[in-house]
Amino acid sequence: MGKTLYEKIWNKHVVHEEGDQPSILYIDLHLIHEVTSPQAFEGLRMNNRKVKRPELTVATMDHSIPTTDRTLPFRDEVAKKQVDALAQNCKDFGIPLFDLHSPNQGIVHVIAPELGITQPGMTIVCGDSHTSTHGAFGALAFGIGTSEVEHVLATQTLKQFKAKTLAININGALPRGTTSKDLILSLIGKYGHDFATGYVVEYRGEAIRNLSMEERMTVCNMSIEMGARAGLIQPDEKTFAYLKGKQAVPQGKEWEEALTEWKQFYTDKDANFDLSVEFDASHVTPQVTWGTNPGQVAGITEAVPLLENLPSDQVKPAKKALQYMGLEPGMPITEIEINKVFIGSCTNSRIEDLRKAAKIVNDYKVADHVEALVVPGSQLVKKQAEAEGIHQIFINAGFQWREAGCSMCLGMNEDLVLPEERCASTSNRNFEGRQGRNARTHLVSPEMAAAAAIAGRFVDVREWPARESKEVIVK
Amino acid sequence: MKSFTRFTGIVAPLDAANVDTDAIIPKQFLKRIERTGFGEFLFYEWRYEDGKEKTDFVLNKEPYRHAPILLARKNFGCGSSREHAPWAIAEYGIRVIIAPSFADIFYNNCFKNGVLPVILPEKDLEFLFEKTSKMPGYQLAIDLEKQRIEDTWGYMAEFEVAPYRKNQLLKGLDEIGSTLQAAEKINSFESTHKIFYKLEVSF
Repeated sequence: MGKTLYEKIWNKHVVHEEGDQPSILYIDLHLIHEVTSPQAFEGLRMNNRKVKRPELTVATMDHSIPTTDRTLPFRDEVAKKQVDALAQNCKDFGIPLFDLHSPNQGIVHVIAPELGITQPGMTIVCGDSHTSTHGAFGALAFGIGTSEVEHVLATQTLKQFKAKTLAININGALPRGTTSKDLILSLIGKYGHDFATGYVVEYRGEAIRNLSMEERMTVCNMSIEMGARAGLIQPDEKTFAYLKGKQAVPQGKEWEEALTEWKQFYTDKDANFDLSVEFDASHVTPQVTWGTNPGQVAGITEAVPLLENLPSDQVKPAKKALQYMGLEPGMPITEIEINKVFIGSCTNSRIEDLRKAAKIVNDYKVADHVEALVVPGSQLVKKQAEAEGIHQIFINAGFQWREAGCSMCLGMNEDLVLPEERCASTSNRNFEGRQGRNARTHLVSPEMAAAAAIAGRFVDVREWPARESKEVIVK
Repeated sequence: MKSFTRFTGIVAPLDAANVDTDAIIPKQFLKRIERTGFGEFLFYEWRYEDGKEKTDFVLNKEPYRHAPILLARKNFGCGSSREHAPWAIAEYGIRVIIAPSFADIFYNNCFKNGVLPVILPEKDLEFLFEKTSKMPGYQLAIDLEKQRIEDTWGYMAEFEVAPYRKNQLLKGLDEIGSTLQAAEKINSFESTHKIFYKLEVSF
């Protein structure tokens, strides 16, 4: 019988297997950041252990750093201490670090693909649940806790139980005006916030093949929001084209060798998944979450659900969510007014995201009562956007144009949604308090966030009258 | 890490589904570089308002303040991978969480920190929530060795746990130490395993 993509990557990385014990799985790339690593290094020091393969470890600063002027001193003493600890740990253990002043600094899940260190068939881990992003390249990538960060640092392996496999077959074409963010939100809305717990998902089908690499990253990024251990997409010509010429990708003969290797990673025709579901992309509409988990979501032409229309087990959580969100059942989504907009995060802060949002914003102004931020995912994305003049479109409209980082996605720095403020956010989680205490988060695509910034409420981007500007041409 | 033996304790009912790790330990407390000091901030936004205890939150009520067993609904521990969540739970004094399902990363993190997540069917949870509401101070005895939960009124349930994970709690294994015993196997694997990226970074 054939093997799935997951099984092929797994088999390629098993160092040791033994009965009912977890397997020892080799890790090809370990990404670290300031928040989930200090205690791991502390553990190494306490036990006199070294980092086994510092050159397979890459560090950046992203979670708790300011996104304002980098030449100014840190205002948050505690965050500064954490960032300094990362720098010291990287120095002591010989780990490459992209610090705040590096041209390659950025959100860990944005910089690894753009450097070319995320490649098909690899195992990639990071002390961050959105590590699933890298699955877009056909790499087995998942989030781990700090004890496991320490384990990988010390051994370059992890002890792992094999996950079950889930195929999500997505056919049909995404309609005009909808995005891969709408696709993944629709999926989570249909199947639920914990549907894929215990599974590694493989996204398959025409709609997935048609997505760009950056769009695929958005889909895989949110795999964790349905509980999946990881999300995978089979590598194809788009994957290889994306990687060619990237900084860390080999050239010449070694490129050919890599390509031959990468082409082995696909699910065999006769492979079996533990579970398969079908999803039709042609019915996807622009999505807006109304609740406090990503599965509590509705289309832009719909309304906040009536409690009596929900399945019985969802009534109580929905009631609690609506109370927190300050929304009434039956309220049309287009009547929800917002006062903050955040375009950023490892879900939607790449150059294509910014281009798409800029197309909507072009020649408009942010509504008077709205504060809007664009936080590029990396310094390279920022530089690219500035080269294209995209930043000027945002700035002219009244958006703040920031330095790269996780920012308002989780509000560990000063970028917060204030109590009872309502934010249209391109990030991945709308949990209670995620963007700030009593903050109300609505997850949307970059286009929907951009349109909401201008209209001051949610609007259907499919009907948005985009304006052409003579000064700046948006690609 | 305290090793895990049979014990009896009060059960605190937290009647919420999808309790995420942001709720368990909010982001403003993740800037510490130590493994300790998180217990006092457990469920911070639910426990406190303007620095004062919220009287309606279960852990702020007697007899639940020091309850070592927490009851919750499905998908407990979803969201962020932060191990600060089980650190906060363990430091607060909760040793067992009973729910119909747990998120993967959280579940895995628990066993590394002396916390036992117990998965029981929905109907058992219904029964236990009802018990706790009718009998404040309701207690359960947990026997990890026998993989059994019981009360003194005749309720008994068995639960599944992987033998490896059970051992983690019973013996407090040094996981890294045990993997390092396979160092030769890892080295030999590395000698033939090809990695195709190379990062040139100056220090």
